[in-house]
Amino acid sequence: MDARFLGLAGEDWRAIAFSAGVSAAAVLASLPFGVAFGWLLARRSFVGKALVETLLNLPLVLPPVVTGYGLLLLLGRRGWLGGYLFDLFGIEIAFTWTAAALAGAVMGFPLLVRSVRVAFAGVDPRFAQAARSLGARPLDAFWTVSLPLARPGVLAGVVLAFARSLGEFGATLLFAGSQPGRRTLAVQLYLLYEQPGEEAERRLWRLAAGAIVLSCAALAASEYLERRGARRDSS
Amino acid sequence: MIRLEFDCSLRYTSGFTLDAVFSTRTSVTVLSGPSGSGKTTILSILAGLLRPDRGRIRLDSTVLFDADRGIHLPPEARRIGYVFQDYLLFPHLSVRRNLLYGWRRRPTDAQPPALERVVEILELSDLLHRFPATLSGGQRQRIALGRALLCGPRLLLLDEPLASVDEPLRERVLGYIEQVQHEWDIPTLYVTHNTGEAERLARQTLFLQSGRVVGVEPANDKGDPAQ
Repeated sequence: MDARFLGLAGEDWRAIAFSAGVSAAAVLASLPFGVAFGWLLARRSFVGKALVETLLNLPLVLPPVVTGYGLLLLLGRRGWLGGYLFDLFGIEIAFTWTAAALAGAVMGFPLLVRSVRVAFAGVDPRFAQAARSLGARPLDAFWTVSLPLARPGVLAGVVLAFARSLGEFGATLLFAGSQPGRRTLAVQLYLLYEQPGEEAERRLWRLAAGAIVLSCAALAASEYLERRGARRDSS
Repeated sequence: MIRLEFDCSLRYTSGFTLDAVFSTRTSVTVLSGPSGSGKTTILSILAGLLRPDRGRIRLDSTVLFDADRGIHLPPEARRIGYVFQDYLLFPHLSVRRNLLYGWRRRPTDAQPPALERVVEILELSDLLHRFPATLSGGQRQRIALGRALLCGPRLLLLDEPLASVDEPLRERVLGYIEQVQHEWDIPTLYVTHNTGEAERLARQTLFLQSGRVVGVEPANDKGDPAQ
């Protein structure tokens, strides 16, 4: 760990890269579901809609540690679902790269769905009707008209969910652990905080600054995308 | 000439009930009536965007809707060109791609007019690479009309084409519609709240009030001189 860049040790950079990779995977994997749920909540009314909404928003209000523990109970090697996965296929999820991605995905999902929902609610459903009357099947109209018109809001949701996942600590720590090489940015920050010595403190400060820069960039990107969408609608 | 038979009723939760019966075989039929009399509802039902509670619709030999037989053709299978009152041009597509949206999805047996001819007649050649947000109302309307024509429709629905056009431009809009009629002769249903507005286009006028057809002019049997 002697090589330093911007005063951060190799393992600090690895934590940043790990967080970025895990968060990107989390957002990409949850995007299709986020779009589906957001569209459903914006466009359809169905029995149990309020319940679905509550469940989707749960990770937003629960202590993240509880969410992480829930994931562990569900998908741990002895978990309700994880037990089957391990016994039948030898698949282990808890304390792996996938676990970190899953924790990030679950934590970012409410933000993604919320943005997507608002985005679809802002698109006049009659555009899709016009597409249908011009010969487009429902899915065709969705891909070529509804989704492109909702795109700014969807992208804003992607950025928000990415940022949320990037900073995830509680759920990740419980479900994915803190072994070297599988530490997220937030976990690495915590471990540096626990380490004695001035060197650790300097690294902590620098890593924290890095986290702030990353988060600000994500927020600015989200804000920019939302404004761009708003400008086009009003013109 | 194509024959359209319409006999449908639809009750809204608000209490408004459409219960309209008419048939027409003229080139341009004007559907006239005060706001809220059900004109746009009829167009939406014809286009397949609204499903009536009861009744049937036939366009020549094609059954578009028949409640008793459970037939409800989806909008994309009806080949009915709908020019909405607010045009609904796709804001994320250029004028050219708006025009070609339906053309690219035309069924194999449809024979839509050529893009070049539509662009020429509706004078759109300077607009093809622009986006709807940068265009005037009149320009958008011509594009919406062109877009509907290019999907090769068997029936054209025009919803209040003059409603959002300034007085000096109205003559021009009617001129465009007349030219489209002259060039392609597509049966057209023209909706307006203003009796007399489309007099020179109309071969037949249906009067609508509170969801019912209350008058036909001239009466059906001597309707179209061509018949």
